[in-house]
Amino acid sequence: MMTTLRRIYMALFALYLIGPIIVITAVSFNAQKFLAFPPRGFSLRWYAAIFVENDWFAALVNSLTIAAASALLSTAIALPVAYAAWRYGLRYARALFALGIAPFILPPVIMALAFLLFFSSVGINGLMANVIIAHAIFLLALPLVTISLGLESIDKALIEAAQTMGASSWTVFRTVIAPIAAPFALAGFAFCFVLSLNEYIIALMTVGFTVETLPVKIFNALRYGYTPVIASIAVLFLLVNITVFSLIARFSNLARILGAMD
Amino acid sequence: MRKSSLSRYVVLIPSSVMIGVFFAIPFALILLVSVSSPADDADFRLGFDLQHFERFATWFYIERALFSAGLCALIAAISMAIAFPFTYVLTTFKRRAQDLWLIYILAQLSLSEVLIAFSWQILLSRTSGIGNIMAMLGMVERSFAMTPSAGAVIAALVYLTVPFSVLLLFPALSRMDRSLLEAARTLGASPVRTFFTVVIPVTRPAIISGAVTVFVLTLGAIIVPQVLGRPQHWTLSVLITDQAIFNFNMPFASALAVVLLALSASVIALVSWLGRRAEA
Repeated sequence: MMTTLRRIYMALFALYLIGPIIVITAVSFNAQKFLAFPPRGFSLRWYAAIFVENDWFAALVNSLTIAAASALLSTAIALPVAYAAWRYGLRYARALFALGIAPFILPPVIMALAFLLFFSSVGINGLMANVIIAHAIFLLALPLVTISLGLESIDKALIEAAQTMGASSWTVFRTVIAPIAAPFALAGFAFCFVLSLNEYIIALMTVGFTVETLPVKIFNALRYGYTPVIASIAVLFLLVNITVFSLIARFSNLARILGAMD
Repeated sequence: MRKSSLSRYVVLIPSSVMIGVFFAIPFALILLVSVSSPADDADFRLGFDLQHFERFATWFYIERALFSAGLCALIAAISMAIAFPFTYVLTTFKRRAQDLWLIYILAQLSLSEVLIAFSWQILLSRTSGIGNIMAMLGMVERSFAMTPSAGAVIAALVYLTVPFSVLLLFPALSRMDRSLLEAARTLGASPVRTFFTVVIPVTRPAIISGAVTVFVLTLGAIIVPQVLGRPQHWTLSVLITDQAIFNFNMPFASALAVVLLALSASVIALVSWLGRRAEA
């Protein structure tokens, strides 16, 4: 009885999670310029449209560029902070760490408005660099947390052993710390990349009128009626997300990053 | 030694500059602009003027703030309640099955709110959604649209937050001492009773902090209330966007943002105070 109930609940929960995705996937294969479920006919034209129609493709390129650049910048900002907080336990580094986490905890519209006010008062409007910096700061919590998780998994006795045998601190960093921490830094980069790709409100408020990212373009498109291209983009994005997180699971320790014990 | 301890701080300079210039200053600007006064030449002049907060203190905006808080509390409760049993079962799966589920959950969690709102719009539409399926199965006479409605907003917001709830509960449930369960079973407790008298009390701190996080997260939702709801379902975040982007009223948008900030901060503070009192 218990097992049956449990199975029913798990099946219903899985249906709730995956059901909308199934409908969207089906709609994206429609042959006509009409959102129908069950789909009428089968066609990949709405997937081709992302790459063939200039405005959709431009938005895709913008989104990918911003995501890659902001993830790189965010990881670069996070690395020294997480390292100094862990290695030397500096109080200043810990304060910086806490400050770096804050933007991610606040409702995103607050940071979006903050960036809008900042960039318009210094008079730098509409540059792609604005949203790259804004995303790097907004998502800073992710590389900070993953990198420090990686560093905490290093056995400090290992470092002492290396030092006793005469290794310089650079050698210790290069041969002991970096190899263990690198997959976690990469995981931080990947989390940032995916969330920047999907972020809407900050992209809208910083550069919404000059550099159109995919989420912004989709929201604008929603006002003027629906096109199946949006469904195909949703499927594409979900696949990108799944790929990135599978890579993290493969090359890093996903369950550990998410807080399980080994 | 002195040189090396100085160099520890030197490597922190670039990060400090980035965080200081692009987080601390923009954040301070919101506070400053929210108390600025209007000017003829520009839209506002820095100063100290509470007129934007006075505008907030009318029933229309207070009602919006109360509605936002109530909606977010409801979403947090539903989301945690349906995510908890799932996460509990998930942690008993083999490592590989756990990883697969976690990958899917993360992928859905990262999906843009714009895409989630769109998906639910389709799902609840007349021509290509649940209504259509029900009509085909003969459950209803003809298909009907289920948006815009409060139910649609709730269903999509829970969908948006459920993956977060799972991930927030995951650490506590996966680290939970399983011998407690065995002890309860040996003493004759049924699985249901074990669940309610052992599992839930042991993981209560995670449930409370998770619910608060989901509450704050829902406060940030912008697209779902706009796309799936009527104007009476709009939350503070929607109003802030509206003021900033479409009315170009930065001071009032900032004042609303300060209210939103105060609302999130006070809920976080209240719950952590309750948590500490419960421990003592």
